[in-house]
Parts: sequence; C-alpha cells; structure tokens
Amino acid sequence: MVIGMTLETFLQQLINGLSIGSLYALIAIGYTMVYGILRLINFAHGDIFMMAAYFTYFGIAVFFLPWYVTFFITIVLTILLGVGIERFAYRPLRNAPKTSLLISAIGVSFLLENLATYLFSGKPQAFPNFPLMTTPINFGGLTIQPVSILIPIVTFFIMVGLLFLINHTKVGMAMRAVAVDYDTAKLMGIKINGVISSTFAIGSGLAAVGAILWCMKYPSVLPLMGVVVGLKCFIAAVIGGIGNVKGAVLGGLILGFSETLMVAFFPALTGYRDAVAFVILIIILLFLPNGILGKKQVEKV
Amino acid sequence: MKKTLALLLSLTLVITMVAGCSGNSAATTNSDVIKIGVFEPLTGANAAGGELEVDGIKLANQLRPEVLGKKVELVVADNKSDKAEATTAAARLIEKDKVVTLLGSWGSSLSIAAGDVVKTNKVPAVALSATNPQVTAGNDYYFRVCFLDPFQGTVMANYASKNLNAKKVAIVQEVSNDYSVGLAKFFTDAFVKLTGDPNAIVATGNYNTGDQDFNGILTNIKAANPDVIFAPGNYTESALIIKQARALGITAPFIGGDTWETNEFITVGGADVEGAVMSTFFDDTNPLTEAGKTFVAEYKKAYPDRQNIPAVTALGYDGYMLTLDAIERAGSADPQAIRDALATTKDFEGATGMITIDANGDAQKNGAIIKVVKDGKFTYLDTVTIQ
Repeated sequence: MVIGMTLETFLQQLINGLSIGSLYALIAIGYTMVYGILRLINFAHGDIFMMAAYFTYFGIAVFFLPWYVTFFITIVLTILLGVGIERFAYRPLRNAPKTSLLISAIGVSFLLENLATYLFSGKPQAFPNFPLMTTPINFGGLTIQPVSILIPIVTFFIMVGLLFLINHTKVGMAMRAVAVDYDTAKLMGIKINGVISSTFAIGSGLAAVGAILWCMKYPSVLPLMGVVVGLKCFIAAVIGGIGNVKGAVLGGLILGFSETLMVAFFPALTGYRDAVAFVILIIILLFLPNGILGKKQVEKV
Repeated sequence: MKKTLALLLSLTLVITMVAGCSGNSAATTNSDVIKIGVFEPLTGANAAGGELEVDGIKLANQLRPEVLGKKVELVVADNKSDKAEATTAAARLIEKDKVVTLLGSWGSSLSIAAGDVVKTNKVPAVALSATNPQVTAGNDYYFRVCFLDPFQGTVMANYASKNLNAKKVAIVQEVSNDYSVGLAKFFTDAFVKLTGDPNAIVATGNYNTGDQDFNGILTNIKAANPDVIFAPGNYTESALIIKQARALGITAPFIGGDTWETNEFITVGGADVEGAVMSTFFDDTNPLTEAGKTFVAEYKKAYPDRQNIPAVTALGYDGYMLTLDAIERAGSADPQAIRDALATTKDFEGATGMITIDANGDAQKNGAIIKVVKDGKFTYLDTVTIQ
C-alpha cells in the first residue's frame, strides 16, 4: 500500500481525476435532462456518445476535413441522431407504460452497438492526433496535456450556459414546467414535442462535445466504447440526484475523483476500479435515496 | 389496420428466425466434406488478433483445399472475445456443425474456456498462439503449435536484464486476461532469479480489458521510477498505456509479449510506440524452414500491399497444415484418430519451425523472435534460443 507520495504525484492524480470527472459530467447531464423531463433512462445515450466519436473519426481520418468543420458536423449529426431517436423510438410510446419506453431505449442501444460493429468492424480505430492538445507541457515536475485542462474549462462553461438557459429563458421555463408536471404543462399550452426535442438535442450535443474531448485524450474508437462509459455516467447522474443538472456535474466529478484517488492510494486494487462506481452508488443511495442534490418526488394523489 | 400491421411484423420475425436456422443442415452431405471448425474472436477487444489468425488459416486452405480425396470446409465461429461466448461457440461448432477438429483461439483465456467442451466431446483442438500453460495442461484433446509463457517470460526477463541492463522493472497487467497475469508472473519469477533481488519489481499496475484511462496507475509507476516497464496485455490497451505514459513524461522503455504484434498496436499507438520491444513467434524476413519460405511467398502473392506478416498468421497457417497432416496420418476423419495422430506428431515442418508434440500437447519450441517497432513497422531485432 503506497500512501506516502510526493505532492507532485498527488497533484498529478488530482488533475487526472478532474479531467475524467468532467468528461463523466458532460455525459451525465444528457442522462439527467432526459430523465427529468420524460422520467426515462435513455440507455441509448452512451451509444450516441460512441456514434459521435465515430463521426469525428470519419470526418478527420477518412474524409480529411479540417478539424473545425468536422467538430461542427459531428455536433450537428449527433443532435440529428438524438432527436431522430426520440422521434421514432420514444415519441410513439409517449402514452405507453414506462416499461415499454425503457425496452425501446435498450433496443435502440443494441441497434446502435451492432450497427457500429457491422459498419465499422469490431477493431479499434485510431483517433487522429492533435499535437496542439496532446503534447504535454511541463511545469514544476507536473506533466500535463493541454487537453486535460481544456476539459474542465469547457465543462464549466457549458454548465454555466445550461443553467442560464434553464433558469432564465422561456425555453428553460418550459422545460422546468414539463419536468414538474407533464400533464398540466400540456394543458397550459406548452408545446411538449418541441420541449422534448430540445432536451434531446441539448443532451446529444453535449454527448458529442464529450466524445470529441474524450477521443482527444483517449484516442481509440470502438463500437462498444459507449457501454461502460454510459453506465458510469448514468451512475454519476443518479449519485448527484437524477433530474438535476448541477447534480449530474457533481456526480461526475465525485466519480472521477474517487476512481483516480482509489487507484492513487490503493494501487493493488486498481483491478476493482470500475467497481468503485457501483459501491459509491449503493452507499449514497442507502443514505440519500434521491441522490445528493435530488428532491423527493412527492406522489400526489 | 394496426392489427394487420402487428400480425405482418410478427410473421416477418418468425420467418427470418426459421430461415436462419434451416440453412445449414440441408446443404452438406457428410461423406464428401471434412469440416474443420475455426473459433476465433472476430469482434470485441481481440478482434484484430482473431482476424490475423483466420488470414493464415484461409491462406493455407487455399493452398491445400483437400485431404484424403475430400474437400475441406472451414466453419468459422466468432467467440466475440468473451469467455462465456467462447464456450458456446465451441459447443455450437462441435454439436451443430459437427466439425471433426478445431483451430483456435487467439487469446489463452478463450481457449481455456473452450477446453472442457473440447474434452467432453472428444474432439481435438489446435491452439495457434495461445501461450498460457493451462490451455493444454490436463487436457488430452487440446494441442498447440506455439511456445509457452514460462518460456516467453524468461526470454523477456533475459532481454530486460541483459540487453537493457534493468535492475528495477514495473509491471502493468490486464487482470481480466489469464494470459497477461500468467506471463507477468513468469516474467517476475525469471527476473527476480536473474537479478537476485526479491524487490526487483518496483510497481504493479492492474487494468481490465476495455479500459481507456490508465493515468492513475501510470502516475504511480512514474513515482516508482522503474528502468523498464513490462506490459503484456491486449494490443489496444497496451498502445494506449504507452501513449499515456509518454504524455505523463515516463521515458522508460516498454517491453511486452506476443499479443502486441497487430497493426492496430501501431495505428493506435502512433509515434509513441516507436522502440517498443516484444517477443513473437515468426520473422518474415528470416524464415527458419522451407515451409516458412513457401508461406512468405504465398502470403505476398495473396496480399501484395501488406508490409508486415504478423506472426500469428504464420501460426494459423501452421495449425491448418498440421491438422491436415494429422488427418492424413490417421487415414480417416474420425476425431479420435485425428487426436491420436496429432499427439504423435514428430518433426513436422511448419512455417514457424519444426513442430514435435510432447506428452502435454505442446510444441517443443525453444526459439523466440524479438521484434521492435521501428519507423512504424515491426522490425526483426534478435532470435533467442534457450536449450
């Protein structure tokens, strides 16, 4: 067991944790927003993240488009994918029992995974290198890649922007209304379809940004890369209080830090790294059943 | 309207299901075809390795499509790089497709998983590049054409100690993979013996197949300051490990085992894997036997634009040729007879060297090739033989 470590190493591990925590946060926001409005756990979200990674890979490595064009196209395509999935797999089931919706989400998830395996082969594709982002800079004994600093900054600005949207705009008010009471919102004349589509659009857009940043840091693209990431980010959303954007970010950061610090302080247990997420989930749900920032869902008769 | 639509959909589902099932049994009549099962990972984490072995098997099949006057049919099953799926795939090949012998799999864990199925059904199997001793230990029906991990571990330990003058080594192992854990252990035993220092392994990092973030374990390893890092594990993860290590400022050389030699290792690793050293089974610039020269020539004819010939393709080729040779010696396509013929193989000339099968079912190979990544290609470095 190695606890005595230099300040350097500890700081390095903190930065590792912050980076990966922010990535988890970006994707967890997608889960939390959809749950808040539709009470649906969008299992396909992790696979939307995976498709975004492939779109970026194709744009840069296959079609040789400049990076800013590819990023833009990826975000647009991913948003279209997310909204399309909502339109064709979830909207027809709007009035069906919640279980059917869940099954549909799982079905979409399998469809995307197997489609990707069939179209892009199961072998990992190398994500192109961005030397500006990945060449490490050295200061005071710490070696950091610029992308590791970019990730938390981007996440912070996105979170601020999103909170502004939700709390200070009309669209945001409509989203909050639908989240509080779906049926009454419909009766009050809020265009439900528009609100739901915007939610999916925002969630998918964030997944796309997350995918781009993820691939810059971990440059290998696989059809099943969305599975574990999706699961962990869902856990992050639940830990923070599902339905709450700030909760999702908090959950993502907690998960990222716990994983990294566990590896830092107990190197012998690194094989159990993924298990940490589940253990934390169980502990938090035991004491705070609605997650850290979650509110009690009151069932009104 | 809705009811008819639902009825139509269910009918379509049922028809596709039935169509899928009935296809196989009608076509083949047992007497003119000998079926050999190929069970490899074609999707999942180990897909690249499986594909390379299938390349070798198919090339050999093109050169020798018949044995005992009958056509050889290859039945390929994908074990999806998953241990549970491996058992099912092997069972399906044996029970449904009625293959007389099996070839595969890439990945010792997958071969070990199929071991029981093969033993219970008394159908022989030839492992091509699975190096963990457990694949053949206690199993009379599993054979292999490559060397074993205790040997490979010693080779790499020798390389680290003698060629790289390493006194302290860190190990990064894939704990969900029997091969990786086994090879790491054999390396540790050999290295500790060579240096006489029981604490020669200064740090160990564990990861799972499919992980992408290794910064945590690498930061710990950086703090331990090893001379060399031994990372026997799957190719994608290993390439990412080396990349992230370099990004963290770790300059120690990386050495590994035979699973590194795939094209994906270089495409994912990029410039960061230059100088990575690994042990492997075959060198296309220097084939040891006539069969090797034939293999290299045929491969270049079949794939003129490929530069490297990966070692596991040569092993796939050898596995197929050895199986056909055993069928000839047995004089029949009976699985038990083939098994007995395989067990008594002596001095069979394979592309990767002379193969003699010992009491355990292992090929007595005592030579390994060391390769290094240079200019984006796997380049021959050295041949190591241990008597």
